[in-house]
Amino acid sequence: MNFSIYDFTSFNQWIDKFLNDNLNPFWAVVVELTIIGLVVLLFYALVGLFLVYAERKVCAFMQNRVGPNRVGPYGIFQTIADLFKLLMKELIHIKSADTFLFNIAPFIVIIASFMAIAAIPFAKGLHAIDFDIGILYVIAVSSLGVVGVLLAGWSSNNKYSLIGAMRSGAQIVSYELSVGLSLLTIIVLAGTMQFSQIVEGQANGWFLFKGHIPAFVAFVIFLIASTAETNRGPFDLAEAESELTAGFHTEYSGIKFAFFFLAEYMNMFIVASIAATVFLGGWMPFHVGGWEGFNRVMDFIPPLFWYFGKTAFIIFLMMWFKWTFPRLRIDQLLTLEWKYLLPINLVNILIMAFVVLMGWHF
Amino acid sequence: MKEVINLPVRNIEEEEYHINMGPQHPSTHGVLRLVVSLQGEIVKNLKPHCGYIHRGIEKMCEKDTYPQIIHLTDRMDYLSAHINNHAVCMLVEKALEIDVPERVQYIRTIVDELNRIASHQLWWCSFGMDLGGLTCFFYGLRDREKILDIFEESFGSRLLHSYYTPGGLMMDIHKDFQKNVKDFIKYFRKKIKDYDRILTGNIIMHERTRGVGFLSKEDAISYGVTGPSGRASGFACDVRKHHPYGVYEKADFKEILLPEGDTFARYMVRMHEMRESMKIIEQLIDNIPAGDYSAKMKAVIKLPAGEYFQRVEAARGELGVYVVSDGNKTPLRMKFRSPNFSNLGVLDHISRGCKIADLVAIGASLDYVIPDIDR
Amino acid sequence: MDNATLKERILGLVPEAEFQENKQFLMFVVPPSAMHELSFALKHEADLAFDFLFCLSGVDMVKYLEVVYHLESTTHKHQLVLKVRTADRENAAVDTVCDIWRTAEFHEREAYDLLGIRFNNHPDLRRIFLEEDWKGYPLRKDYVDEVNIVEL
Repeated sequence: MNFSIYDFTSFNQWIDKFLNDNLNPFWAVVVELTIIGLVVLLFYALVGLFLVYAERKVCAFMQNRVGPNRVGPYGIFQTIADLFKLLMKELIHIKSADTFLFNIAPFIVIIASFMAIAAIPFAKGLHAIDFDIGILYVIAVSSLGVVGVLLAGWSSNNKYSLIGAMRSGAQIVSYELSVGLSLLTIIVLAGTMQFSQIVEGQANGWFLFKGHIPAFVAFVIFLIASTAETNRGPFDLAEAESELTAGFHTEYSGIKFAFFFLAEYMNMFIVASIAATVFLGGWMPFHVGGWEGFNRVMDFIPPLFWYFGKTAFIIFLMMWFKWTFPRLRIDQLLTLEWKYLLPINLVNILIMAFVVLMGWHF
Repeated sequence: MKEVINLPVRNIEEEEYHINMGPQHPSTHGVLRLVVSLQGEIVKNLKPHCGYIHRGIEKMCEKDTYPQIIHLTDRMDYLSAHINNHAVCMLVEKALEIDVPERVQYIRTIVDELNRIASHQLWWCSFGMDLGGLTCFFYGLRDREKILDIFEESFGSRLLHSYYTPGGLMMDIHKDFQKNVKDFIKYFRKKIKDYDRILTGNIIMHERTRGVGFLSKEDAISYGVTGPSGRASGFACDVRKHHPYGVYEKADFKEILLPEGDTFARYMVRMHEMRESMKIIEQLIDNIPAGDYSAKMKAVIKLPAGEYFQRVEAARGELGVYVVSDGNKTPLRMKFRSPNFSNLGVLDHISRGCKIADLVAIGASLDYVIPDIDR
Repeated sequence: MDNATLKERILGLVPEAEFQENKQFLMFVVPPSAMHELSFALKHEADLAFDFLFCLSGVDMVKYLEVVYHLESTTHKHQLVLKVRTADRENAAVDTVCDIWRTAEFHEREAYDLLGIRFNNHPDLRRIFLEEDWKGYPLRKDYVDEVNIVEL
């Protein structure tokens, strides 16, 4: 076995060979699937836990407070305590709610974000599925979340939840367009939709710098649109605490509420990692085309650190917006998308296509 | 509590539905129930139901002596507690024709203005929070703590002091009072620039507040909307300027009037007022004359028979105290003209045609303190 | 306008007005029948222009119930106090002024709630602080409530 932190492909092949040698092919595949499933589940849970803690600390420091600091050193076990609390809460059954839809709504939201994680590359070779239409798959699958949100609002049989769900649904569906189009800009630059090739293509410079102006515009639009799509930041009207209690998840308690809560943070993570992969190079270290010595030094830091560092930076940016800006009203939100972001996006794609054709990129 | 709503007959359109905001709601700032009639997201009609914190203060005043009434006035608009006290004290002093020492006047004016700043700070932080900028809440409270520390040092409590008594003050100010106030002014002049950077200059905030909840000047006068909300519609109603009391005549400050009458104007008036209050305090803090902290008063205060009225400028508008006395030590009738009660009347009028999110912004800009409405 | 001129003006409009002694304001009582017309004139006549009703109170002077209106003009800066009395405690009724000064809408509801003074032609006269089915008018001097009021 040749375990290298810089390249997981040989490790993966070793596991595959080991299983195929000892079991018949069918069971080998089943075991592989189970391993991937468990690893992704664990990763999901751990990252979710960490993100909740990070948000509370970051927001506390911005608000001149300390944040959780009692449960464990510097409060690191706070989320685990919260998890226990949510698990032990009574699941309130609402008589007039549509029980089947009410129960499956949180699961749909979780499944959608789960499926999206599978396609993202964490390091070379550390990649659950490597579709050749990777980006398209991720965008498609993360749109499934809106079904869960609408179901939650509808089946709660509650005016406030319905208003919240309708607002949320309109918001997510509108901003998906912008997300898709801004990613399309980079696909035009990269020439491929496959994640691993997109990352490989940034070996001599990240797309944000290679594509200069159109890529930068696409990056800004992507950040705005993805914050809106995950109901975060200045676009969190659907769950505005000061307006309609808690929006579409008002009637949920206990573990089901925990699912919505977790799914929101994981969506933020997914969106940040897509931004990191597509615009900032994913696990690719910071290379400047032509500076071999510099690139060798950058290569010394393992790709996992690069990946998580970039994702963390974008997550920090998203948290920063949320705690600074006031909220947008629903009609202003939709105006922003349809009257401003969409036309800018379309023009941007044309510019990028032109730039690629003329070879005016790095 | 059984409550029958007899709404006057109105054409209710097909898609209208009613929503309850309150009495427990994160943004009604107290126990106020609003029955909002909506069509989709647009507000068609709004009926406030108050009385959840009606304590019968006016009835209690009929059994209390005048020094005891001071304690009740604290608890009406608790964010301008000193100013409420000032009204009743001045009424008693004028009725008995007592000359209050100059020192007392200066201290009362300075403490009133500090109270006004503290009240506006709390308004700002809850305004930001209602719009969604949760960080504003903590910044406003952090700075307000400095004022509350000053109060605690001199008067013994942070929120409800009952510091003024008819004839003067309960006790003299702390020896560090002037220094602490000057330090606070220096500190807050810097911090208020932060407030502008976070919220006033923010484009999202402009989009949510400009043009929202327009109140014309005629409507403001007719509905009796005074205070910063009225001045933002161009209604010149500052009691400190038009019927001066204390030592306001000795201080040079502007009455902030804005013509626009929308939520943003109401916001800007209060921001400017905080600066004007600091100006007033700066002019007066070094000139507090030495002297007694109270005039000589009889043990039992009896107002001569007759009717008396005193107006002061509370943080939210004009507070009026009307006393009908029959010569006893308790008033026959004590009526408080509370600013928030009149301001509440206008909420229905200006929020027609707005969205729910705008309703929250309008309510935040009118700055209600519900105990003042209900008394 | 100074108080003397105002007094003449008002006597011209309502000859039955009785003026009272008060150091602060020009204070007078008018009969309930003349009240609404006088209020309209006070607001709309150009030299009077009393457009700001800054206090509307109900008072229970044991022999009669009284409604007191404190008025101010924002243009001419003069003030006066208008009073209306009704001796009928069972069916105390006065004309409403909320068509003239919109602020009266809530203040009259308060007077009705706490003192039992009805206002004719009020668009929405119901209790404002107490529950709809509360019996009695607490601010009246003859109000007795063993449950809620503690007599010391």
